[in-house]
Amino acid sequence: MHIELNDEQKMLRDEVRRFAEEVVKPIAKETDGDGIFPRDAMRQAGEMGLTGVAVPEEWDGAGMDVISYCIVIEEVSRVCGSSGVILSVNNSLVCDPLMKFANDEQKELFLKPLAAGRKLGCFALTEPGAGSDAAALRTTAVKDGDDYILNGNKVFITNGTDADVAIVFASVDLSLGHKGITAFVVPKETEGYSHGIHEYKLGVNGSGTTELAFEDMRIPAAWRLGEEGEGFKVAMSTLDGGRIGIAAQAVGIAQGAFEEAVSYAKEREQFGKPISSFQAIQHYLADMSTQLDAARLLTWKAAWAKMNKKRYSLEAAQAKLFASEMAQKVTNLAVQIHGGYGYIREYNVERYFRDARITEIYEGTSEIQKMVIAANILKD
Amino acid sequence: MDFTFELDEEQQLLRDEVRRFAEERIRPGTAERDKKHEFPEDILAEMAEMGLLGMMIDEDYDGPEMSPLTYAIAVEELAAVCPSVAVTMSVTNSVCCWPIQAFGTEALKKKILPELAAGGAIGGFGLTEPGSGSDAGSMKTVARQEGDEWVIDGEKAWITNGAYGKYFVVLARTSPGEGTRGISAFVVPSDTPGFRVGGSEEKMGLKASNTTALYFDGCRVPTDHLLGEEGAGFRIAMATLDHSRVGIAAQSVGIHRRALELAVSYAKERVQFGVPIAKHQAIQFKLATMATELEAARCLTYYAASRDGKPDAGRLASQAKLYASEAANRAAWEALQIHGGNGFCEDYEIARLYRDVRITTIYEGTSEMQRMVIARHVTR
Repeated sequence: MHIELNDEQKMLRDEVRRFAEEVVKPIAKETDGDGIFPRDAMRQAGEMGLTGVAVPEEWDGAGMDVISYCIVIEEVSRVCGSSGVILSVNNSLVCDPLMKFANDEQKELFLKPLAAGRKLGCFALTEPGAGSDAAALRTTAVKDGDDYILNGNKVFITNGTDADVAIVFASVDLSLGHKGITAFVVPKETEGYSHGIHEYKLGVNGSGTTELAFEDMRIPAAWRLGEEGEGFKVAMSTLDGGRIGIAAQAVGIAQGAFEEAVSYAKEREQFGKPISSFQAIQHYLADMSTQLDAARLLTWKAAWAKMNKKRYSLEAAQAKLFASEMAQKVTNLAVQIHGGYGYIREYNVERYFRDARITEIYEGTSEIQKMVIAANILKD
Repeated sequence: MDFTFELDEEQQLLRDEVRRFAEERIRPGTAERDKKHEFPEDILAEMAEMGLLGMMIDEDYDGPEMSPLTYAIAVEELAAVCPSVAVTMSVTNSVCCWPIQAFGTEALKKKILPELAAGGAIGGFGLTEPGSGSDAGSMKTVARQEGDEWVIDGEKAWITNGAYGKYFVVLARTSPGEGTRGISAFVVPSDTPGFRVGGSEEKMGLKASNTTALYFDGCRVPTDHLLGEEGAGFRIAMATLDHSRVGIAAQSVGIHRRALELAVSYAKERVQFGVPIAKHQAIQFKLATMATELEAARCLTYYAASRDGKPDAGRLASQAKLYASEAANRAAWEALQIHGGNGFCEDYEIARLYRDVRITTIYEGTSEMQRMVIARHVTR
């Protein structure tokens, strides 16, 4: 066992931290508060290779490993949870399935601009009636000659307001259940494709969450990703990887909140001394740092398993479950340490606390992670 | 060296060897020894032959010179079968052998370490007193120099291996009124005149380990039995505990692992409402949480062990000990809950584990002391 970042990973961390501090942090409050999608910052992220971190260079990605990907998401989320999830979705939920299931033509057409950050992607699986039970989706894809015609609605689509390309899941035959689900890649210019207005959310409010509607949307069969009926597998294997990104996002949000809490505790004086000299506050900080380190290790372990082509579904579920619940606890304590100031928007911990909440819900709720984990430990 | 969570070949081999030994030689008598409060001298003799009692002792002193991570792995394997044997072994390794090797004179090491490494000798550590637990600096035991000897007077409490130890590292005050700077560390062989062992304590758990008071009544040791400089004892004790906490973390991981195994197998067998209780979501979610926390605890423990000697090793060891011990207590509690009424009966192994695990958040630094140590690091 050897857990130490190599020189390349350390350089990446420093570089992304600088970018996050200089470009993302100054606009983090308005990104969240006004729900403004951080287009310019994400364009710059693309130029730095942060939109396709683990995509090979031949497909215009940065060609780095999955640990590096975790570092990118952690460092960006450390200053802005919205930007963290925007990048996580493009990397894990869009580039990843294209790398794994797209043919070379599709990679040329879609993966290259997405990995290089010239375009932005979104992942359209969830529907009003199909959340955790993704197989219950109602969007249909009817074959018509060399085309498919798609009809249906998707909700809670991160990046939806600004995405240029969507990975869309639809059923070629609703009677087949999950065996009918098929994945497609669809550019936003396609006739019949539309997105709704920006959803105002409790947290990560700058991530362009919206509905997508497909109305008699005709697309060529060449945009189908994988085979007919393979879509459920595409979705589930993509979410396994996505969970690593969300775990890294949770670690980043918690790390940001933890650092704010430490510096506030050292400055804030009550009863004639800094509150960091009180045992109650010290013990909060000790628990926060311990759980943060544990979550980061679990996240890296899942990433390490993925990049070494080992099975990582269990590891990713554990990392996502632990890290998201950790982030909830750590940001809550960070608010508590800040007292009344922690409840005021001017202080960053208020935003971290709100941003952390979604990590327990999206890309599989904590309950879904527990089902995955239990199935793994009970299987034989 | 590449980033990896994988154990190296030596570690895997040792893990398999210790696991086999623990299952074949230790497991069959574990319940009986617990009931009779019987110290397993024959098993410890076999473990001495395997090199498990002085694992980190250098080859120069006949030791196997294994790494702290390899040691942690061995402790985990033993604890999964018998936590009493695990603590007996870990105390000898990390609070007796380790400080002697780190701080003893060459002559002392040559004299004593080979016996601890391969000669079957067991060791102990005399720090705690009836009136000084977490506040170790307030100890009352004194040592004064007379010619070529140190004369020790006082009393130590709750000393693991008290009645069976051949060598004890003992802390005593050598300069009155100088607080923690007036304490020195000595090696006291159990056959020294003036050294006496008290009766065995009746404990809640770890009943097959031995815990006694130690009495020093004009107990004389040669001057070269002083470890480090005069007055360096407190620093030596703290460094020793930093080091040994990884062992208790590993013991906690072993107990946690066993609690999960027992819970899983009981949940699959026990039928209620016409199905094995493992089919009920409430039980599945408990198991998922236990499994996730086990992985988090193991990551923290192995990581801390692998960082031995690095600047962050002290904080990491405290984090590992704090988290692993508390997680193991939660896991034992939930495992017993899953066993229902059967778990409350001593016929079931979980009842013993539930008693055994309780000490892990207390000895070698309570959870509260770990939080103080961690907070000191993170607010620095």
